[in-house]
Formats: sequence, structure tokens, C-alpha cells
Amino acid sequence: MQERKLRAMIAQVKDGTMSRRAFTRQMMALGLTAPMAWLMLHHAGVAAAEAKFEYKPTKAGGGGPLKMLFWQAPTLLNPHFAVGTKDQEASRIFYEPLAGWDAEGNLTPFLAAELPSIENGGLAKDGMSVTWKLKQGVKWHDGQPFTADDVVFNWAYAGDPATACVTVATYKDVKVEKLDDHTVKVIFPKPTPFWPDPFVGVRGMVIPKHLFADYSGAKSRDAPANLKPVGTGPFKFVGFKPGDLVTGERNPDYHVKNRPYFDTIEMKGGGDAVSAARAVLQSGEYDYAWNLQVEDEILKKLEESGKGKVVIVDGGSIEHIQLNSTDPWTEVDGERSSIKTKHPTLSDKAVRDALNLLVDRGAVQKYIYGRTGIATANFLNNPPRFCSKATRWEFNVDKANQILDAAGWKRGADGVREKDGKKLKYVYQTSINEPRQKNQAIVKQACQKAGIEVELKSITASVFFSSDVGNPDTYPHFYCDLQMYTTTMTEPDPALFMNQFLSSEVATKANKWQGRNITRWRNADYDKAYSDAEGELDPVKRAALFIKMNELVIGDVAVIPVVYRPNVRGVESKLKLTLSGWDNDMYMVSDWYRET
Amino acid sequence: MGRYLLRRLLIAVPSLLGISIVLFTVLALAPGDPFGELASNPAVPPEVRAALRAQFGMDDPVLERYFHWLAAMLHGDWGFSFVSRVDVDSLIWQRLPATLFVIGSSQILALLIALPVGVYAATRPYSLFDQIANTLAFIGFSLPTFFTGLLFILLFSIHLDWLPFVYRSDLSATGFSWWWEEFRQAIMPVAVLGMFQGASWTRYVRSAVLDVIRLDYVATARAKGLREGKVVLKHVVRNALIPVVTLVALQMPTIFGGAIITEQIFRVPGIGSLLISSILANDTPVIMAVTFVFACLVILFNLFADLLYGWLDPRIAYR
Amino acid sequence: MAGSTPASLTADAGTAREGLAPQISPALDAWRRFRRHRLAVASAVILIGMTLAVAFGPALWPVSINDIDFTARLQPPGPAHPLGTDDLGQDLLARMLYGGRISLAVGFAAMVVSLIAGTLVGAVAGISRGSIDAALMWLTDLFLSLPQLPLLLVIIYLFRDSLKAVVGPEGGVFILVVAVIGGFRWMPVARLVRAQFLSLREKEFVEAARALGASTTRQVMRHILPNALGPVIVAGTINVADAIIAESTLSFLGLGFPPDIPTWGRLLFDAKDYLDIAPHWALFAGAAIFLAVLTINFVGDGLRDVLDPRRVM
Repeated sequence: MQERKLRAMIAQVKDGTMSRRAFTRQMMALGLTAPMAWLMLHHAGVAAAEAKFEYKPTKAGGGGPLKMLFWQAPTLLNPHFAVGTKDQEASRIFYEPLAGWDAEGNLTPFLAAELPSIENGGLAKDGMSVTWKLKQGVKWHDGQPFTADDVVFNWAYAGDPATACVTVATYKDVKVEKLDDHTVKVIFPKPTPFWPDPFVGVRGMVIPKHLFADYSGAKSRDAPANLKPVGTGPFKFVGFKPGDLVTGERNPDYHVKNRPYFDTIEMKGGGDAVSAARAVLQSGEYDYAWNLQVEDEILKKLEESGKGKVVIVDGGSIEHIQLNSTDPWTEVDGERSSIKTKHPTLSDKAVRDALNLLVDRGAVQKYIYGRTGIATANFLNNPPRFCSKATRWEFNVDKANQILDAAGWKRGADGVREKDGKKLKYVYQTSINEPRQKNQAIVKQACQKAGIEVELKSITASVFFSSDVGNPDTYPHFYCDLQMYTTTMTEPDPALFMNQFLSSEVATKANKWQGRNITRWRNADYDKAYSDAEGELDPVKRAALFIKMNELVIGDVAVIPVVYRPNVRGVESKLKLTLSGWDNDMYMVSDWYRET
Repeated sequence: MGRYLLRRLLIAVPSLLGISIVLFTVLALAPGDPFGELASNPAVPPEVRAALRAQFGMDDPVLERYFHWLAAMLHGDWGFSFVSRVDVDSLIWQRLPATLFVIGSSQILALLIALPVGVYAATRPYSLFDQIANTLAFIGFSLPTFFTGLLFILLFSIHLDWLPFVYRSDLSATGFSWWWEEFRQAIMPVAVLGMFQGASWTRYVRSAVLDVIRLDYVATARAKGLREGKVVLKHVVRNALIPVVTLVALQMPTIFGGAIITEQIFRVPGIGSLLISSILANDTPVIMAVTFVFACLVILFNLFADLLYGWLDPRIAYR
Repeated sequence: MAGSTPASLTADAGTAREGLAPQISPALDAWRRFRRHRLAVASAVILIGMTLAVAFGPALWPVSINDIDFTARLQPPGPAHPLGTDDLGQDLLARMLYGGRISLAVGFAAMVVSLIAGTLVGAVAGISRGSIDAALMWLTDLFLSLPQLPLLLVIIYLFRDSLKAVVGPEGGVFILVVAVIGGFRWMPVARLVRAQFLSLREKEFVEAARALGASTTRQVMRHILPNALGPVIVAGTINVADAIIAESTLSFLGLGFPPDIPTWGRLLFDAKDYLDIAPHWALFAGAAIFLAVLTINFVGDGLRDVLDPRRVM
């Protein structure tokens, strides 16, 4: 996709011949994020789409309790320390950012009075600063007013490396100034194309200065408000038992009219995904179940009882198989999979192409994931109807055999292909997770038919996904030929996602395997495109560069995408809600209501 | 006896120290770190993890960390959780009521099943009652709790819709209805655990009573014209209790340790689920504290058992 | 005297008369006594049958355990698949037969390990006094209080690859699984045996043997141990069930057999979420474990009678 084509499409959106939604979908099919698509339109001055979700209640309160099940329990309630999604979700009930991303990737104001744009002077033309106007009359749950001081404090708090916040990357390099009581200016150190990051979305929640000011830096752990949040959100804090339960009650002074509908909110943690699905879909004991990683077969059966339904939200997770481009079986300078080596057989493009043909994505989708995993050929988010013909995936054992025959890989006595004494024998690892083991079995069987022997290995998730330097079984070590896991693209800015193929990011012993490039795939064109994109202020040009990067990765079969996995939630039949794949589930919990 | 007790308690101190060293070593050797999740998050720079590790003293040598932990523990400071940054003792206190209630009741239920059924079955070996009791017991311990728990949920929560299957620690009801709700939500976890435990205990009780019931002194007691009930209770059961006491003593600390699988199925916020989630998150201070308390209880209850042996059979000497 | 009661009434009938029978060899005598337990004999036959089935069954039912057939998913028992299929359309009979080998082998081996280790520790602790007893009980307490999960992870981490290198992948995993399961289940046996020893060693018949100058070894082997076996046999049979189930949870830690290798415990675990969709899946695995446990128990009861030191005949 060329820059010119992108501009033509934006023009179409502008004159109304193409819907905003269709444009967003197209961009996602090309590997961009929905927020990135929004940014392009926003820059071009296209008006934001009207909200699709209709809030019907005419007064706040009266909705009774809202009961939610999270099979991973929240463990802390300070958004700047939120280690996992579960903690962010729990924090989001009480805290709000200046703006968040809706389901279509549109930026929506929460604590901001309006969105900054070039027209209203909020966005500097040189990309060096953003000015946010804050909503007036917003109060913290304890009655204190919310002002620019709070926003500036959050920057100082989270940006201080001594506080060790997980949000530090967002805040450490920027500068935030108070212009007046309800205006703040975010100043970037260099031209920043993707400006909606500080104070936006999952890393943008604002905590009150008057309760945290004494607990900045190394004392951060002692703040009582870490466990008793006081925010601006739709619900006020009632109780918290780490690893078990979060409860809240309606905030009568909430700054949005007639909201929230529910009187109390409960977030119960623990258990497993299947029984969470049962409690919502089958027995109706709960209203909402988070992240149902359950076989679709079971979900369908549970839905039959009619108490609840499965809601699928577009997001950006790709279950993919990585092909090691280095030799995992030779040790060089104390490390295997060293970039000084080349994989003996996978370095042959023919072998990679054959493997790509041997992954039966159709069967994986149909028989394992169902609605919860959609077969994909791209390392991109692509709802199937936007998938271009050229990049269709194919499962074809015969064709794989032909490719291997043509490339000179001959079957040996044991049926395994070999060339120059090198056999096509691979170790294929993943974490222990029921669908993944089934997926492995399907791939193994297809490979067998093509004369490729695959040994399956599965590693307990807490080890596989750890960063233990001494343990060879973690995914960054990649001490095997193939490995599979899900990589998530929930980050609104694709730059964070795409750095995993940069030469400079290769995981090595020298950087304690903390580099993001696990496949060790290296490509000079890719590196160039990435560095160009970093400083590119024009969102359209930047988008074109990201699209090129995607094509490079897929074209060279550095990875084999298997299924695209949207977010799956269980929702009680009468509960009406709006969810976004680009922000927390709780981002609009204020607007959830029950139909009567 | 007094001297014996004193000696045993004195031995317990180095025992606990030894156990704590082994525990600490195992945890230090175990793979994984509490901030592993941050590593896969592209938005979190590695420096944050380094700063957190330094802040929580995780990069110090193992030996130093151990003495640091020991010194703090002696002062009553249990440390704080790396994951939720809450003090460990308050985490444990939060979990204690549900654990004691659910697991404690299940152990009582197990005893209430095992003692009468085991004794009665043993007094009539190979009768119809004995056969049925045995078969049920075999079913009981052949089926794992993850399976029976689910069976119960399907039957009582989903098909019959009688009982809730999500255990809540914050019931909003008050007074009588609070007790009723608490009772309703505890039935299934208590039954699943109690029946699993009761099944194997029944077999032990039966076997122990069988060993005793035809001894000469029992025949003598019968010959004296004592009623059968009295013979069984006063002469048989007391002598058969030694293995039973051993087993109960082995089991009691697990009331504290929790029943991981059952807690997981019914979402009981017990210490077992705290332990397992800490282990999965590599939250060392919590694992260390829970297992250490557990070790103390193991030693304490086994000491109780040893003392009880002497009461049950006065010939056992404390030397 | 303890342990004089036959566990079975069938064995009890008419023993007084036969006590006058002429001398016969001990083995034959044991067999005759065992034979009188109709339940024990029947159980032994079933158990041998199951063992033969899992040993030779895969040869007679040559269906691959890993053949995925998406057109025949979750099928109830029928002519093509006598026990039905699982969610990938794999034949459950083949998987049951193959899985039985592992489950039964693991169950027995782990039971033997736990019984031998437990009896040894318990007997030594129970007969010796003072520091040896204290040291052994310390060891028992230590094992009881160790958190299993992190320990297992450490064991995998330290030993898996080296064991694989020595005895090959399958053998290595088998040894590891048996060692881990047995190694975590001997403590109750040890405490039970010790408790029995504490009581038995003060009993008159042991005192009599001691007074007659019997060595400690002889006291233990001939007089105390046989009388302490009741709870040990119960513990052994419970451990078989325990080990079969525990094996299934181990593979979730990456310690057990690879997840694509079926075992009975594993089949039961995989089937649980499909309980209301395909009950047959769980049914056969559960029934197999139950049958194994049941028969082992009855054989255990019979054996106890055979080993009874006080000859009832």
C-alpha cells in the first residue's frame, strides 16, 4: 500500500464515499492499529464518528449490583504499578485518564474538556507539544477538586525512576507544565508523531496529588491510597482483598450526567476461565466474565442455556509460530541461538515456505478456537473480509512436498527429508495451554506427511514467559527451532509492537535476553523503514512505512501467523455494555446498564 | 513427660531453622521472577524491572537475603508481597477466616463420616453395609476433587439451581440470612473436600478397628457381659485410634495450608489459593511466610500426635 | 494379639478344623489361604486382566493414539470407536489402552517407592529411640512442610535434561515421575508405621521375644512389622489412586509425560470441561481408575491375611 493510496482513502472518508469504520478496518488489515487510523483522520480534519453505543437510563443509580468475574484476580489498585491487565481493569473502575480509546479506535475525552487538534491549537505543528484542556468541576471521591496540579503531579510521580512505575516509559522523557488551573502542556523531547500517549488510555489514569504527594520515589509502597483508591471515576472504593475481591459503590458526584446506572460494583477474582463462563452463561450468577480463553465448542454449549452471551471484541492478538533464524543447537560464546550462527535448515527459504503451507490454520480455527481465533495469513489484525486475496493462507501438503522436492530435500530411510546430511527435524515448543497443545498436534501431523519430523515440547507458562536469565526454557532464549505464543498488539501505537523485528533488538546473552527480537530475524530494509517512521510526523507517511515493515516480515516467513485472537467476554443477556480492544474493558463502565 | 515435651520443643527450634533454610534455598533456585510479566510488555523498559529488583532487594546474595528475612521474621516483620505490595501478614489474615471455616468444616465432616462408618463396617466385616461403605470409599478416593467438584456444580448449581458455586467473602446479608447464605455457599466445597478425605479415613479406621476387634481382651470384655456398644467404644476404638490420630495430625496443618484445587474450583479465597497464586507469580515473601507457618504447624501437630499416643496407650514411653 | 483377625469372613470360616491338617509348604499354604478370599481372587483376576489388556491391547487394537480426525469429534461409543472419541476425534479405546500402561506402571511404582521408603523410615524411627528417631521425624516433617510446586519446578530445572541423557526421554520422565510422586507420599506411611511401632514394641509378645534374646532385626521382621502392616496396606492402595491422579497434574508443570501422551488421569482432566457435552469421555477413564483402585484394595486385603504371622489354621 502506497502513501498515495492512503491519501486517496482519507479523501474518500472525508467526502463520505467511504465509511470511517471501513477505513479503520482497512488499516487494521494492513497491520496498523485502530488508534493509528484515528490519528490519520484526525490530522486530516475528518470529524469524529458519532458514538454507536446508546445509553438509555435517564437517571443515575437504581441498577442494583454489577457482578463481574475475573479469573485472574486483581492484586493491586494503583494504575502506575499495574503489572497485568487485571490490575489495570480494577484501577479503571476508580481512576480515569484524560482520554481513552473507544472500540473503533477513536480518542474519547474523559477528564479532558475537549480533544487537542491543530484547529483548536492543542497540537503544535512541529509535533513538539500537546495542550490539554481539563474538564471543570470534576471532584475526587473525597470531595477535593481535580486540577492541573494533579496532572502535573502524575507526570512527576510516574516519571521518577525511583518510583519504579510500569508507566515510566510514557512519562520519563516528556515534560509537563501547568498553564492554568485547567490547562496543561505536554512537551516532547523530539517531534512525536504519536502524541496520544501520556495521560491517555491504560497508562494515562490520573491519581490524586493530595494523597500521593508524600509517597513519591522509593516510599511509593507505603502510600495508604495504594490499597484504598480515591479517584474521579464512576464508582467509589468500598473494599479490596488482594487476589480475591474489589468492591465499589456508585459515585453520586460523578462528572457525567445520569451515570453510572449500577449502584454497586463487584470484581471477583480467581478460579478458571471455564467455570467463569459457566457462572455467566449457564447459571447467570454473575453479569460479566473477563477474557474467556475457552474452547468455542464449550462456549457455544453454555450459551444454549440462554442466560448470557459471548461478546467478541476486536483487539490485536496473534497466535503465531516463530522460526528461529539462528542455530539453537550450537553453542557460541556461551549461548545457543547466537546471531553468529545460521539455522542449518530453516535458513533455506524453501523450507520456511513449506512449513507455512503445513500449518492447517483452517482446522485450527474450525476445531480449536472457533469464533475465538480466526485463521490469518498476516502478522496483522485482519478480520477475514478485509483480508486481501494475495495474502491468503493455504494448507497444502502436496505443494509443500513439491517445494521441498524441488529444493533438493530427499526423504531418507526413516521418511525424514534430508540434504547434505542435514535432516528436517525440529523441536517445537510452546507454553502449557490446552488449545496450544492441540495446535501443536495438528502441525506435527501435517509435517509428518511432508517428511518433516517435529518433536513437541511444552513448558509451564510461568517458566516459559519468565525472564529468568538462567533458565533456557524461556521464550526469549528460544533454544529450539520453532516456538508458538500469542503476541498482543493492544498498544495503540504500532511502533511499540513493530520493534520486535529490529536488528538492534535481538535477544542475546549480552542483553540478558531482554531484547524484543526473539526470532533473531534481521533485515536492513526493515531497520531503515523503522527509523524513518520514528521521526515521521505525517501520520500517512508513517502508516505507509509500517505497512512496508509488515510486508517484509511476512514475505520472508520470519514468522507463521496462525490465528488472530479477538477478546472474548461473557455477558449476561440483559446487560448492555461497550467494550474496546484498544483500551481497558472498564474504560466506559459508567455507561453499562441493564435492559429492563 | 514434662522433660520430654521440653526436649521436643527445644529440638523444634533447630528443626524450623533447618526447614527455613531448605525452603529459602528451594525458592532461590526455582526459576522465574515476580516481574516476569513486565518483561514481555514492550511499554515497560528493562530499567523499571532492574529498579524494582533493587528496591525489593532481590539482587542481593541468597545468604544475605536469608539472614535479612530471618532477622525481620524474629522481629515479627513478615515482609511484603512483591506483587500486591501489601504486608504479608495482612494478606494471610484476610484469607484465614474462609480457610478455617471451609477447610475446618470439611475435616470435621470427614471425621464424622469416617469414624462411625469405619467402626461400624469393621464390627461387621464383609456384611452388606461394609461392602457398600467400602465401594463408596473406593469411588471417593478414585475420583479427584477437580472432577467431583465439577460434578457437584453441574448437578446442584446448574441443573437443580439450588446452590451458588462462587464463594463470596463479602456477603451483604445480615443476621440469620447471612448464616443461611454462608451455609449455602459452603456446602459444596465442604462436601467435596470432606468426602474425599472421609473416604480414605474410613478405610484407615476400618483397618485399625479390624486389627483390634478380635483380640483376646475384647472377647473378655464381651464375656463379662458388657453391652456390645460399650465394648466397641471403650475397648476397641480407643486402642484403634493410634493410626487415626496420626492421620488427623498429619491433616490438621493442611487446614491452614488450604486445599488448592477445591479452593480454585469454588473460588474460595483461602490460603491455598493465596499460596498457589504466589507460587505462579514467584512472589517469594508470601510463599516463604505461608510455607513457614505451615511447617510450624506440621511440627506442632506431629508433636501433639506423639503426646496423644502416650495417652491412648500408656505403655508407650517417652524417652 | 494385634493383627490376628483375617480381613475376610470367608477366610475365617472353618479355620479351627483345618488347623489340624498335615504340614504343607508355606507357599502352597499361602496360596490356599489367599484362594479362600473369593473377592480377592476375583480382583486379582480382573487386575491381571487389566494389566494384560494394557500390555497387549495396543497390539490387538492397532489404532493410533494420535490420529486426529475432525469429522469424528466427541462421538459417543459406536462400532468404529468402541469407547467413543475426544474433541480432536482421537480414538478413546486406543488412548485408554495406551494410557493404562503408564497409569498402572506409575501407580504401582510410586506406591512401591512410597511404601518402601515410608516403612523403612517409620520402622527405623519407631524401633530406635532418641536422636535417630528425632532426626528421621525431622526429615519427615521437612518433607511434609515443603511446598511441592516450587520444589517440582526446581527438580525439573535441575534434573530433567541430565536424566533424559542417561536413560532416554521416556525412561527419564518415568523415573522422575515415580520419584516425585513416591517421594512426596511416603511421609504418612512413615508416621503411621512409626506410631504402630511405638505401641507394638511395648506389647507382651515383643517383650517375650526380647526376653528370649531375639535380635532387634528379628523382633522387627518377625514380630512387629507384620503386625503393623494393616495401615500400610491401606496407605498403599490409597497411594495407587493418588499417584494415578497426581501424574495427570504433573504434566501441567511440564514434569510429567508430554501432553500429547494420554494417561488415565490426564484423560479425566481433559474430559472434565466436556462433562455435559460428552460424558463418555470422562466415564471410561474414571471407571478404569476406580476399577484399578478397587481390585488393588481387595487383593491387598487378601494379601494381608496371607502374610498374617499368627497362623489361623
